[in-house]
Amino acid sequence: MKVSLFITCLSDAIYPRVGEAMVRLLAAHGVQLDFPPVQTCCGQPSYNSGYWEETRTAAKTILKAFESSDFVVSPSGSCTYMVHHYPELFKDDPHWLQLAHELEAKTYEFTQFLVQVLGITDVGAHFPYKVTYHPSCHGSRLLGVREEPMTLLSQVRGLELVPLPFAEDCCGFGGTFAVKMSDISGAMVSEKVDHIKETEAQVLVGLDMACLMNIAGNLRHRGEQVRVMHLAELLYEGVGVT
Amino acid sequence: MNPAQSTQGTVKERADVALNNDFLRNAVKFTTERLRSGKQAAATEHGNWEEWRERGRQIRLHTIAHLDYYLNTFVENARKNGVHVHFAPDTAAATDIVMTIARHKQAESVVKSKSMVSEELHINRALELAGIETIESDLGEYIIQLAGEGPSHIVIPAIHKNRYQIAELLSEDAGEELPPDTTILAGYVRRKLREKFLGADIGMTGCNFAIAETGSMVLFENEGNARMVTTLPKTQITLMGMERIIPSWEDLEVMATLLPRSATGQRLTMYMSGITGPKRTADGDGPEEMHIIIVDNGRSEQLGDPEFQELLNCIRCGACLNVCPVYRHIGGHSYGGTYSGPIGAVLTPALNRNVAEWDDIANASSLCGACYEACPVKIPLHDMLVYLRRRKVERGHGNRWESLGMKGFAVLMANSKRLALALKMGRIAQKPVVHDKGITIKMGPLKGWNTYRVAPSMADHSFREHWQELSEETRRTAPPMDAQTRDRMEQILRQRRASGITGGQHE
Ligand code: SF4
Repeated sequence: MKVSLFITCLSDAIYPRVGEAMVRLLAAHGVQLDFPPVQTCCGQPSYNSGYWEETRTAAKTILKAFESSDFVVSPSGSCTYMVHHYPELFKDDPHWLQLAHELEAKTYEFTQFLVQVLGITDVGAHFPYKVTYHPSCHGSRLLGVREEPMTLLSQVRGLELVPLPFAEDCCGFGGTFAVKMSDISGAMVSEKVDHIKETEAQVLVGLDMACLMNIAGNLRHRGEQVRVMHLAELLYEGVGVT
Repeated sequence: MNPAQSTQGTVKERADVALNNDFLRNAVKFTTERLRSGKQAAATEHGNWEEWRERGRQIRLHTIAHLDYYLNTFVENARKNGVHVHFAPDTAAATDIVMTIARHKQAESVVKSKSMVSEELHINRALELAGIETIESDLGEYIIQLAGEGPSHIVIPAIHKNRYQIAELLSEDAGEELPPDTTILAGYVRRKLREKFLGADIGMTGCNFAIAETGSMVLFENEGNARMVTTLPKTQITLMGMERIIPSWEDLEVMATLLPRSATGQRLTMYMSGITGPKRTADGDGPEEMHIIIVDNGRSEQLGDPEFQELLNCIRCGACLNVCPVYRHIGGHSYGGTYSGPIGAVLTPALNRNVAEWDDIANASSLCGACYEACPVKIPLHDMLVYLRRRKVERGHGNRWESLGMKGFAVLMANSKRLALALKMGRIAQKPVVHDKGITIKMGPLKGWNTYRVAPSMADHSFREHWQELSEETRRTAPPMDAQTRDRMEQILRQRRASGITGGQHE
């Protein structure tokens, strides 16, 4: 059984701790992850900006990287969802289309993999903090990951989950949107952080490092002390496995 | 004209004006929040919302797929009812038809109920240029007409103004100080409009739905003004987009369930008028002469376009605006066109045949998908925004630097070794500007980002660099997979294969 990690560029370059938490957490449940080193980026930046030819290049690297995997698991809802666009990108190319359909069927976001595939809802974590959760748009709205993180969080001992007001509102990241429309994006992330502050949570948890990078960046800019974590990190830290 | 409403400049420039206008932002935020929570409550209370959304979508898909048939049926029936039906391929033709009728009737004044098509055609401007007094009778439209602005929301045209600003405008109109009290202000407008209704030569309306089976037009409204517009003046002109058709009254039931709930959270609209032809001898009121102008103006271009045809399914409820986080911060005028918010960002370039000057609106979205989720007929606006961006790139209108950047991106992403090398170089290059794992300089692409944030630095080692060590560690320490988990996973693989998906190692 080959379960491969699709690390995503952000976790690879900036947040390797998220991938490490996933690897160790899953290993503790007997899942030895495989890491195809030829993987690169899912192609979202170019896809969303309208550069589909360039996206195909990135997509082909990913399709090749995971060709022999039985399951692919990724720490990002939006990169997982990006794979769902691959069939559309290769609709006129039977070879790649076939691989695209396969990858779409076998790729899971981290909490989907834990809950749906492994059937794990309680990893035995203890995390005695006040936590709020931001559901990233692509993961929750488009990929449909809504229940899984809630189930996992509800099982963590000592954790007080405080609902985030207007949680479903976008944090303003949107990839190149944050650069091209920086003031609109800035207004959006500021509003998101206002809501996070209202909760008085000590920790903000999420499932997508892109959105979390955006929010963490604004928190730090404003000198706020809220700790920002991927759910994999929170669970791993809560289990205390080393 | 209000600066925020100008079509000059870029979306970014217009948005910056709005972002610096706290009155506007607070007003828009206040009302959209009320509307969207109302909608959510109404959908929950309905109980079967998702099923009805799908019904609505199916009705719209079917109608638009057979639009020529239903349009013909509608026109035939409307003509049987004694309506003069006209077709207008574009703004100029529609204006021409209106002006011809007005001249023929020697009209001196026109009273209007709310119509987005009339805004799209800028019909008020044409009438006024010809010296014909044109009065908006919807409260919100009346306000923006006084302010000399266009609508900033497709359902709530004056959403960007608070009641103090409205009181100021109406006080000036009244020539006396009116208090910022909604009831008093609405009362003033009602009194003022009453005389106008009685004196108007022509009543002009839009059309929410046109019923093919009987040739009737249906109006939804909350103020009762559309009733007056369609009963008092001797001549009625209705402007309708060619896609407003639905096949039957039965279909209207679905639309009447979806539209008010999505727009304002109301279970029913206050007034729903169905009008089937001009006044007949036995009728107590109604116009003696009735015209319907069916407007194309770029709509038929979407027919047969697999990526954009669904745009014609829109029922103009405004739900996508109310949930849009971008709209909430920049208001409707920033979009630069008659239609704003997510639907406007797609509809405006589409109706304008995607001309380059409109393309940049498609960039004013984080692609969060809230619009799609809110839409009562499930139009995938977030996908359409990407299609617009792609078409722009394919036609060679992409930004030059961005195109170069994307080419570079593809080169890196084609080969993990190149990517790994670039990461390494990035780590060296960032050294002088990193402090405590953060970067605060406001330069180049980091300028906008770091105005609101601190950028994270790249990690000391990338995940891939650490992989070997990590995998050896877990191989030593981790327990083997238990039988139960293995069974679950194998079951999933079997199911996947049964559904025709092959591949993977585990054949
Ligand atoms: S696109 Fe959908 S949500 Fe937006 S106005 Fe049209 S029908 Fe309403």
